[in-house]
Amino acid sequence: MHKIVSAIFLAENIKKIEIEAPRIAKKRKAGQFVMIRVSETGERIPLTIAGSDPEKGTITVIVQGMGKSTRELNSKEAGESIHDIVGPLGTPSHIEPFGTAVSIGGGLGAAIAYPTAVALKEAGNYVITINGARSKELVILEEEMRAVSDEAYITTDDGSYGFHGFVTQKLQELIDSGKTIDYVLAIGPIPMMRAIAEVTRPYNIKTMVSLNPIMVDGTGMCGGCRVTVDNQIKFACVDGPEFDAHLVDFKNLSDRNKMYLPQERQAVEALTHRCNLQKQL
Amino acid sequence: MDAQSITTKERMAIPRQEMPSQNPEVRSHNFEEVNLGYTTELAQREAQRCLQCKSPACVKGCPVNIKIDQFIKLIADGDFAGAARKIKEDNVLPAVCGRVCPQEDQCEKECILTKKHTSVAIGNLERFAADYERETGQVELPQVARPTGKKVAVIGSGPAGLSCANDLVQLGHAVTVFEALHELGGVLMYGIPQFRLPKEIVQAEIEGMKQLGVNFITNAVAGRSVTVDELLNEEEFDAVFIGVGAGLPWFMGIPGENLLGVYSANEFLTRVNLMKSYQFPDNDTPVFDCTGKNVAVFGGGNTAMDAVRTAKRLGAEHAYIVYRRSEAEMPARLEEVHHAKEEGIEFLVLMNPLEFIGNEAQWLTGAKCLRMELGEPDDSGRRRPIPIKDSEFILPIDMAVISIGNGSNPLIKQTTPDIEVSKRDTIVVDINTMATSKESVYAGGDIVTGGATVILAMGAGRTAAAAIHEKLMGRKED
Repeated sequence: MHKIVSAIFLAENIKKIEIEAPRIAKKRKAGQFVMIRVSETGERIPLTIAGSDPEKGTITVIVQGMGKSTRELNSKEAGESIHDIVGPLGTPSHIEPFGTAVSIGGGLGAAIAYPTAVALKEAGNYVITINGARSKELVILEEEMRAVSDEAYITTDDGSYGFHGFVTQKLQELIDSGKTIDYVLAIGPIPMMRAIAEVTRPYNIKTMVSLNPIMVDGTGMCGGCRVTVDNQIKFACVDGPEFDAHLVDFKNLSDRNKMYLPQERQAVEALTHRCNLQKQL
Repeated sequence: MDAQSITTKERMAIPRQEMPSQNPEVRSHNFEEVNLGYTTELAQREAQRCLQCKSPACVKGCPVNIKIDQFIKLIADGDFAGAARKIKEDNVLPAVCGRVCPQEDQCEKECILTKKHTSVAIGNLERFAADYERETGQVELPQVARPTGKKVAVIGSGPAGLSCANDLVQLGHAVTVFEALHELGGVLMYGIPQFRLPKEIVQAEIEGMKQLGVNFITNAVAGRSVTVDELLNEEEFDAVFIGVGAGLPWFMGIPGENLLGVYSANEFLTRVNLMKSYQFPDNDTPVFDCTGKNVAVFGGGNTAMDAVRTAKRLGAEHAYIVYRRSEAEMPARLEEVHHAKEEGIEFLVLMNPLEFIGNEAQWLTGAKCLRMELGEPDDSGRRRPIPIKDSEFILPIDMAVISIGNGSNPLIKQTTPDIEVSKRDTIVVDINTMATSKESVYAGGDIVTGGATVILAMGAGRTAAAAIHEKLMGRKED
């Protein structure tokens, strides 16, 4: 059992949870993830590690309540516990002094892009961050991003804050302004990552994306998280989760992530039903 | 009944006692254990068939040399708990091995009775003794030697790791087992289904080891959570045993393998067994809804049989085994093939998949297959399957499970490069000691042999434990 040290909402439905996990806190590197099982009957879900405090022995994850498991995790408060955490898993982000590096986070992706932005900065890069959200209320980690960035941009789809438009448009604007960009890391919804890949492809800018396929064990044992990269099968849990955006088959990833839609709906409906009953009591 | 009083002729006149099992029609819709186990009467009667050879060949046929003649005599004499203890002198997991060992290729194959009759049902008797001891609450913990002050880390809590840990703790060493998953037992938990090996039995055996003093840590992935070098240098273990299993599923490399509805056997079985998705939504992990669907499992080993029988239990209308050779070449145990057929599994042999076909939403709809015929024997001694020209056809299926074996998980190799590995990425060891090329590091089980059996892994664990003990104590045992 792992105790939750703190749990605070960063935006509606997005919670930052700090959990005791001393071994993981000591070892984790940017880009790695943990598998979490909230309860005895829970499923194993992958979550990227947003940060850690090795001295305190804690790690931080940022969770958006989507399916049953993430909603259950988001309902946890400080003092409660999580049944299982294993990690750090996955190959760490490849970090080197690229020159100018752009770290792009779309929605919850900002939570995943953040630790890598920190590592890129520490490696001596000129770091530009683009933090995109649907609207102002959903922008997360703004201060943290600003602190590690040489240039920090916010974009919102509805124009309620920062640049009015998508992260792709902001990136295109930076490229058009004549800035030399040596490296792009893009993390967010699949359509966003696919669009970023198409923005950078004509300029041959090295672009990495962090993929989020469905996983079971997270250690390379089951192959459920296989993705097609450069026409080859790769296991996101051990070979990734970061891959060259220009070689990823995003359509296959997007299709495969729909495998359990009916069951996911069923589980969420059951959970919502239970919550409503509890409210009535 | 006095076992001594019957003659050899009378013994040989007793037919092999059949294992009672659940009705096939009933069991193909539930996850309860298929075999029900011998009653005491059946067990004693079967035990009386044993001729008590002076030089029992069966013992040599057992990878861990269980004193088979002796435990069977104890059963015949009615000392069932004594029989269990006799087995446990050599085998830490008798209730498991009695269920999943391929006895017909090991001890039972060597039984003198096979020359004229059928062999003594050694596996069934082993299972009986272990179950009797556990169910009647007569499990006795073995003696543990005085603490040696030495620490050994065991990576992996499958059959190899458990047997190694068990021997070492009894010899007085402080043993810590690191398991990657959230449950202990490795392949016994995630791989072998409930209906063949109830998980409660695995957990009971592990519970006994906890009582002996073995320290178990779950959710610790070797190479990620902790490396072999950290165990030796920072955590000050005197030796490390690696028993992490094979654990990297092979795919066939044919088009369409990434369609929705295509699984590796590891994933399908892990979802159902470890994550209990057959109890969805009470357990959160989903699995493809097989109800009324056509499912094909590609492969002919025990894992393929486990997968196809699982699919049937999940409600599949048609559950096929698709295998490219003939039934005679199948590596699965005869008992598993027999049970599968009883349950209505359809065997499509001499058939090779060329491509998976899907619909617009990328869901699997069929497998394009080619019919084969048998040619001359190949390197493995089995007749080579040869394609029959223009025999392509499409097998309509909604779910596919690929069960063609496993490679080696790369994590240890990546993080401990000074451990020598083969071309197939298995760890290279001295087979007499299971020592790897790295000082104080030993390995055994599927990570050394590639996919093999529970009992072979256990034998390797024992060999390693003996060698580790000798190394740590600096002398041979008298």
